[in-house]
Amino acid sequence: MTQATPKYNRSKIALRILSALLLILFPACLIIGSVNIPFNEVLNILIGNEATRKTWEIIVLETRLPMACTAMLAGAALSVAGLLLQTTFDNPLAGPSILGVSTGSSLGVAIVMLALGGSIGHSFGSYVSILAGALLGAGIIILTLLAFSSIVKSSIMLLIIGILVSYLASSAISLLNFFSTQEGVHSFVIWGLGNFSGVTFERLPIFASLIIISLSLSLLLVKPLNALLLGARYAENLGVNIRSTRNKLLVLSGILTAVVTAFCGPIGFIGLIVPHIARLALKSSNHVVLLPATALCGAVIALLCSLISVLPISSGVIPINAITPIIGVPIIIYIILNRKRILYFN
Amino acid sequence: MSTPKSAILTTNNLTIGYRNGKNETTILSGLNLSLNCGELVCLLGANGIGKSTLLRTLSGVQQSLSGDVYINEQKLSYYSQRERSKLISIVYTDRTLAGALTVSELVSLGRHPYTGFFGHLDITDLKIIAHALEAVGMKDKANCYVGTLSDGERQKAMIARALAQEAPIIILDEPTAFLDVASRIETMNNLHRLAQKEDKAILLSSHDINQSLALANRLWLLRNDHSMIEGITEDLVFSGELNNLFADRDVAFDASIGDFTSNRSFQKQISLNCEDGLLKRWIINALQREGIGISNDMPNVITAISPCKIAINGALVNSISEMLDRVKSL
Repeated sequence: MTQATPKYNRSKIALRILSALLLILFPACLIIGSVNIPFNEVLNILIGNEATRKTWEIIVLETRLPMACTAMLAGAALSVAGLLLQTTFDNPLAGPSILGVSTGSSLGVAIVMLALGGSIGHSFGSYVSILAGALLGAGIIILTLLAFSSIVKSSIMLLIIGILVSYLASSAISLLNFFSTQEGVHSFVIWGLGNFSGVTFERLPIFASLIIISLSLSLLLVKPLNALLLGARYAENLGVNIRSTRNKLLVLSGILTAVVTAFCGPIGFIGLIVPHIARLALKSSNHVVLLPATALCGAVIALLCSLISVLPISSGVIPINAITPIIGVPIIIYIILNRKRILYFN
Repeated sequence: MSTPKSAILTTNNLTIGYRNGKNETTILSGLNLSLNCGELVCLLGANGIGKSTLLRTLSGVQQSLSGDVYINEQKLSYYSQRERSKLISIVYTDRTLAGALTVSELVSLGRHPYTGFFGHLDITDLKIIAHALEAVGMKDKANCYVGTLSDGERQKAMIARALAQEAPIIILDEPTAFLDVASRIETMNNLHRLAQKEDKAILLSSHDINQSLALANRLWLLRNDHSMIEGITEDLVFSGELNNLFADRDVAFDASIGDFTSNRSFQKQISLNCEDGLLKRWIINALQREGIGISNDMPNVITAISPCKIAINGALVNSISEMLDRVKSL
């Protein structure tokens, strides 16, 4: 595979375009917002110089910069979680939301938030408990999926089980909402709309390190991931320990999803569509290039959503979950309609 | 090459089947098999008789009920999963999600047991991959996407992947199942050649009786009474063993064409005089299809000289179709 083929140039070009988009969108997220701050002022603030107005400094450093970082990391995390799930379940329509992993995390968060009765402060302790709740919820869903996957061989059936389990979790959430205080419901509903502004500058290091560690660990699994493209039986014949590999992949995708869900709310569609965009862009499902490209592409899409959410057409911030379907649904429909012509389905 | 072939895989009183809690369902028992390097062995038998179970047990994917499988005189269970992957490579008929890999990427997955943590391919690996592609005639398609291949080419690529795994034993579960006739013949010929040229022990299950009889160095026949017999094709043909393959079904082995044909009774009989063997074969084919059998000393007689010169009770017709019309109205 050392030969220079058109395909490898294609991967290179795709990776370069994605990097360029990231380099454009990240600064754009710092410049664009409801308050108009000139470009050179933003640059000044980032370098550490004094800005003309003190408020601009606060807006850029304490709102826009953490938000852009959060969006980038959350997008990469959800997308890689989606890719891991798609390869593990041998199913291109798998994703953290569809399989119920996000809903499981939401249930965990709901229990924590509503049990605390909306008294959820911005204390460090409450965030840790929300994170723990999300991880636990995601973990339970993943264990359920694992248990079913040893009985149900068909990946479509497993997908349907995922959807059903996520309905159960949703109904539990509704019940919790019904019995909890109005403030609790309010903060949970707001959280459920999805936003990248929930991670403050102080919490960014925890959020970032959890995601970066999980992403790096998933990079270590590209070799068995490629073997899994042939299906579990072939991978087994190639010496891959299916059980342990599958467990590792599910745990990683669970952590990635839960961390993002705890901090940003259950964000739909990104985990499902970005792996597809990356495969189509690269024209390859070789995880050596696909996994980094998926992370990069996820960061780009999330930054784009974040940018749209703060466009100065409204006074407030548009919820992320109102934007992701607008980008996601047409892409899924395109993929379904063209599946006969899309290489990785054949 | 003329040295006696060495058995690489043997079984000792192997019993195969399923264990479900305390219940055991035996499928085949008392199997003492041997698979040699440099030979192509075809496993033939009716559907549901246990071909796939046997292949799975021999490749270590499924536990045997009793008895053992040995590779190089060492129990199969003695080897680790990784060691096993260097001894046996398997080709299934599963559809894969590998469409967006190139053929050479697909084949390089065969190097999985040998490469390091990130699957980096060194010069040796690349040589082995190139050799595997060349061996199945897919060198020109190395950079094509698997998703653009025909079924036959895809099967070749999967066989190349198995070769790149450098295992002395290759087991294929119905490798020609979804292929058209041309690809079936190509695939079987390829496997036969690879067994000899690369000194591989190749075991495959098949429903393609014709090709199996032509190319297998040995046959393993699963009789319908759940026993097994092995031997070279010709011995099994003349001992009448092939008829035991589908003994409870309405088919019979026709040794003259080397395939199974429908077992049927004919309401009408007719006599046929024909010197030309080929012409005779196809006239019989046409008559039997219409429910007319061939027998000596019948009142109605066909005399065929050429395909366009056939006489029925002395009346001349110009084609086999006219002959059929005439015979049917007799």
